[in-house]
Amino acid sequence: MISRRDLLKSGCTLVVGFRFQSSALAQDAAQSAAYGKPADPKPVDPKEVDSFLAINADGTVTIYTGKVDLGTGLRIAIRQMAAEELDLPIDRVTLVEGDTALTPDQGSTGGSTGLTRGGVEVRQAAATARQALLKLPPGQRMSGRFFTNVDPKAPLKDPAQYKVVGKPIPRPDLPAKCTGRHTYVQDFQLPRMLHGRVIRPPAIGAKLVSVDESSIRGIPDVRVVRIENFLGVVGKDEWATIRGARELKTAWSAGTELPGSDGLAQYVRQSRTAQIQTIVNRGDAAAALESSAKRFSATYFWPNQSHGSIGPSCAVADVRVDGSATVWSSSQGPHGLRQNLSKVFGLPEEKVRVVYLDGAGCYGGNGNEDVAADAVLLSKTVGQPVRVQWMRHDEHGWDPKGPQQLLDVEAGLDTEGHIQAWRTAMWVPAAVPGSRPLLAADAAGIAQDHGQGAGLLTQNADPPYTAANVQVVVNSIAATPLRPSNLRAPGKIANVFAVETFTDELAHAAGLDPLAFRLRGLSDPRGVEVLKRVAEMFGWQERGSPNPNAGQGSVKIGRGIAYARYKQAENYVALAMEVEVDTATGKISVRRIACAHDCGLVVNPDALKNQIEGCIVQTLSRALHEEVRFDASRVTSVDWSSYPILTFPEIPTIEVALINHPELPLLGAGEASCVTAAAALANAVFDATGAKLRVAPFTPQRVKAALA
Amino acid sequence: MPAYEFRLNGAAATVDSWDPNQPLLYLLRNALGMHGPKFGCGLAQCGACTVLIDGKATRSCITTVRQAAGKTVTTIEGLGSPDKPDPVQAAFIAEQAAQCGYCTNGMIMAARALLNQTPKPTRDQAKEALKGNLCKCGTHTRILRAVERAAAAAAQGRRA
Repeated sequence: MISRRDLLKSGCTLVVGFRFQSSALAQDAAQSAAYGKPADPKPVDPKEVDSFLAINADGTVTIYTGKVDLGTGLRIAIRQMAAEELDLPIDRVTLVEGDTALTPDQGSTGGSTGLTRGGVEVRQAAATARQALLKLPPGQRMSGRFFTNVDPKAPLKDPAQYKVVGKPIPRPDLPAKCTGRHTYVQDFQLPRMLHGRVIRPPAIGAKLVSVDESSIRGIPDVRVVRIENFLGVVGKDEWATIRGARELKTAWSAGTELPGSDGLAQYVRQSRTAQIQTIVNRGDAAAALESSAKRFSATYFWPNQSHGSIGPSCAVADVRVDGSATVWSSSQGPHGLRQNLSKVFGLPEEKVRVVYLDGAGCYGGNGNEDVAADAVLLSKTVGQPVRVQWMRHDEHGWDPKGPQQLLDVEAGLDTEGHIQAWRTAMWVPAAVPGSRPLLAADAAGIAQDHGQGAGLLTQNADPPYTAANVQVVVNSIAATPLRPSNLRAPGKIANVFAVETFTDELAHAAGLDPLAFRLRGLSDPRGVEVLKRVAEMFGWQERGSPNPNAGQGSVKIGRGIAYARYKQAENYVALAMEVEVDTATGKISVRRIACAHDCGLVVNPDALKNQIEGCIVQTLSRALHEEVRFDASRVTSVDWSSYPILTFPEIPTIEVALINHPELPLLGAGEASCVTAAAALANAVFDATGAKLRVAPFTPQRVKAALA
Repeated sequence: MPAYEFRLNGAAATVDSWDPNQPLLYLLRNALGMHGPKFGCGLAQCGACTVLIDGKATRSCITTVRQAAGKTVTTIEGLGSPDKPDPVQAAFIAEQAAQCGYCTNGMIMAARALLNQTPKPTRDQAKEALKGNLCKCGTHTRILRAVERAAAAAAQGRRA
């Protein structure tokens, strides 16, 4: 252990700035204390150094970040970045996340911004603090706060000197997670807390006609809460509350007519468009298509998908008669949730505190914010703290969905087989400003925003390869059947699926190996490097597709490759995989995957690999199995048998290579490697069988249809 | 209210339940303070609630308190602690085999049950034993490595 004197190399000694616990899991300490206003108020303005860090009397430092660790490893990575700038060993740095009373608002934890914004801002605050400490004369005590703004020009450590950043330091939460001691929001309890369950209508948009409270008279200590069409049951005992919600007799009106998930692509194509935008327009794609030596076109469709959280969303709310409220939530954006809950439920914002606690992985906006609203409305109504956990059918049925996407792609090759023209037209939900509506508020007749957003859906829709004439047109459809939201790598999995499988079709038409075709059209050296690296890892032999040695029997073997630069501005990812396709049954088995990944500076290589592996496996699951089904009135895939996901027997071997660039800025890695997995999978199926998969998920029925 | 008795993590436990068909999961979590087993689906489809009953991996979300009475119940808390983890827990930590960790309880309990029966499982046996346990973060390859690590450690008499 090094002394403060050593670590700051200035001889100064420090006096505690704030008295916060500095256990290995500072979050636990902060949360158990978190109630109403903190005893020891601290600034949270992101301009101030004191908002981000406090130096404690025992020589430890507590870091405060508005970003939250959704299972991604940010909890260790941000500590590494801060420890590095402060020259502290990692065990002297603790972290408090996502508490609106303690942490600065650094935006919601989405879009792979946990480190690129969260970590980078903390790092700059730490660098500023370091400069302030170094300026103190030897022996002088520093007391209280830094009282200084974050200096955007405070010098950062030379990456060549890094001792903590770049090391595979184990994640601090895993010992507790692996022994049943970690406190998830689902585990959080308060004195006098009631359990709550909400009864959603049997059809989307249905109105509550009647409730027969006598139907649950036999269930002990439960109470029905009805506010217009919002219907809940609260009780002291969780099982009694569940049974009460399950057995309560209700009658509802018919709901809004939905188009159903069968034929959804057609519905989307015919939907009213709110806006048509040309987002890429280079050269003259229309004319160049006309004059191409060979022309191709294809249509791709990606279905609605659920976030599929293994633990249904949960929140605990304590709303007091004085209008103050504390909400424990695993929302990605505690600050944004605080603002919205305050506005919707008429609670003064300064009296509302949202405290982040881990939940089950959400991968975007799942039911977390809706369940927080459920808990607030119930607590406000009954005057006691209320914990609401959704049931499985609530989460699958009512989480806002990763939206469907429809893409038409056209391209033309010149006589040499180069891409002469490319045109993508896509249909995505229109973005509407404002917060996503909360189910509870709509049901209770409370006025609120009806914003619509599902992330940056339109990126990566044009090829990353040389092409002089390219056009991308976005048709934003006004109404989308199921409430959309961000789902990991929003839009870009479907876009890259279309672009990269279509690229393979062009390579095939040009008579070239898919890797050679890509390399011929790629000049960015970092892109070239990941492709070459993955080819080497995979043992890629140059040849055309389909595989001339796919196998004699019904089981065919093939390989596929895909490449993307995430958001056309961030990470470089190349992925190759080998699959078996049983042409008799249509079943795809993925045998092995290699992935080369360049996200600039690597902060924690093992946590990063964990993310990349997870992105790949999760996307295989989405590409092979996942589709939200709905009929004319409601979602019908409401459990794990009607909404299956990937299981252990389907898991391939996965090899990941990290290309580290300590001299370059870091890029977020929570999403990028998702985008190449579906495309490489479809390309491998084409290589094995010649079948072109253009509609996800690639179920056995769809594979057989594509083979026919 | 009727009381039900069973062994829980090596000690006698008594719990009251107004409903004999109350799933064991809610009593473990709310009456007995065992938060390791998680509610995932209530349908025995995901495995997040797994406990060992008489050594067998069992879904506590569909096992009633009446069925559990008189049995020996082990939760993940009973396997080990952060300071003294069971070899399976130690292997999961060593392989960093979790992300959100919500499914981890079920993975560790299913792996413990597997290794009790089959001390040196093949990778296919491990996949088969865990196929009813769902993970959405995609940590499967690490979980499989953790199972193999725990098996190898046991064979060599190590912790993990």
